[in-house]
Amino acid sequence: MSRLQESLASGRFTVTGEIGPPKGTNVGPVLEEAEHYLKGNVVAVNVTDIQTAVMRLGSLAVCHLLVERGIEPVFQMVCRDRNRLALQSDLLNASVLGIENVLAITGDHTLMGDHKGAMPVYDLDSVGLLKAMSLLEKGRDMGRDSKGKPNELDGKPRFFKGCVVTPCAEEVEPQIIKLEKKVAAGAQFVQTQAVYDPKVFEAFMRKVEHLKVPILVGIVVLKNAGMAKYMNKFVPGVLVPDPLIKELAAAPKDNVASVSVKIAGRLIREMKGMCQGAHLMTLGWDRYVPDILAEAQL
Amino acid sequence: MIRVEAKPVEEVVQAVEGDRRVLILRCGGCPEGADTGGPAAASAASSALWGAGHEVLGPIAIDFLCHKALILSRLAAPELAWQVSRADRVLVFSCGLGVQAVASALMKPVAPAMNTQDLGGLRGRFPGVERCRACGDCLLDRTGGICPIASCSKSLVNGTCGGTNKGKCEVSPEKDCGWFLIYKRLKELGRLRDYRKYNKPRDHSREDIPDALRRTIWWGLEVPEEASQ
Repeated sequence: MSRLQESLASGRFTVTGEIGPPKGTNVGPVLEEAEHYLKGNVVAVNVTDIQTAVMRLGSLAVCHLLVERGIEPVFQMVCRDRNRLALQSDLLNASVLGIENVLAITGDHTLMGDHKGAMPVYDLDSVGLLKAMSLLEKGRDMGRDSKGKPNELDGKPRFFKGCVVTPCAEEVEPQIIKLEKKVAAGAQFVQTQAVYDPKVFEAFMRKVEHLKVPILVGIVVLKNAGMAKYMNKFVPGVLVPDPLIKELAAAPKDNVASVSVKIAGRLIREMKGMCQGAHLMTLGWDRYVPDILAEAQL
Repeated sequence: MIRVEAKPVEEVVQAVEGDRRVLILRCGGCPEGADTGGPAAASAASSALWGAGHEVLGPIAIDFLCHKALILSRLAAPELAWQVSRADRVLVFSCGLGVQAVASALMKPVAPAMNTQDLGGLRGRFPGVERCRACGDCLLDRTGGICPIASCSKSLVNGTCGGTNKGKCEVSPEKDCGWFLIYKRLKELGRLRDYRKYNKPRDHSREDIPDALRRTIWWGLEVPEEASQ
């Protein structure tokens, strides 16, 4: 059982972090950040998978490097870049490398990234990917042998299967229906898109009470007022309320980060009674993770 | 030419499960060359549905089900309008465009009787906003008669992704989110239970046309180079 699974099963409020692999092979800085600021402070660290369709070092290799350093990874898998052969194979790859936590994500469209002419695959969707994981755990795969019988695996993997949801989407009902499908397909934990309004999140949590699955609220650290406005304009399903933008705009010019930390910590504090954990996305500001957690008073 | 293949009858019966009255509409425009199911196919489906405990209305044949105005004008006749109003589900014998046009014109849950494999350069005789990708594995019975393969940028089969934004797609503010359209349609039809159904990953091996078709005169007429070899 992964430490993440253990922590959530124990009922402790569980915090996860996130790192993004570099564009290139210079993996030193991101690993150092993880060792210094995340190790010991968060239970597991998500590694993004070719985030926003911008080509970069892969999630699987960085997850492996984290395992080597005693940091538990959450292997993010998007459906955009691999067909069902490669997805299932990479799940086996993860398993033999000692990676148990896997997060199934649809993935931003190739048109959002820096290789706009690339083929968007989506052979499986996030629900199909979770089903594939469940199948592999049973020692089978999605294919058939020459006689039409299900294939049998020689050695089967074990996963702690995660998925995502957008609690603050304008139309939340389709999000919830899809979440129900993900849980039915085997999802065992949920990490959410960024939430900035505890009231909206509380309403969402009431609507998903029937799903007996731990939910980690997504906290994306707001680095400044400009970023907050940008998110409101361009990031689907994310709404930063005006008072937070004003708070950031009024921050001392030489120390905006202190306000960013305060807001992130306060959001966790306000929502920790509503859910089972928090997923902290600092976008490179991992050095503030200890301060945010102190502010959250966990 | 349009090439379709009949769905297995069990699949059709399963698609309309729980719908008491099923109206059968068949396209009269293309069946000759395209075999979109003539009278024989429609009456075979009719028997199977009666056998499964449904009340069957029709079959009604309309030339070119891809033409919404034609559908509406033909079905405006009182005795036909009566049948339409009573139907819980419309089983459609046509290519994927016809199924979608019927769904949009009648605002009824539809079920495709066929899998569309090839549109052969045609996008329906009277193309509208509907699009069919001829994927060969039609799931319009579960999506309110709006095709997610054609209308979702990612061709997802189990609902909207996190990129849906105020009803638009993440790739462009000009592009509708296909799954949002499906959600709205199903909600309007009172059939959100269809959205909840799990759809298995697509069978991409069905996308290409079968070898048997390549040997037919119809294919030969459209591909003269192949025919002359």
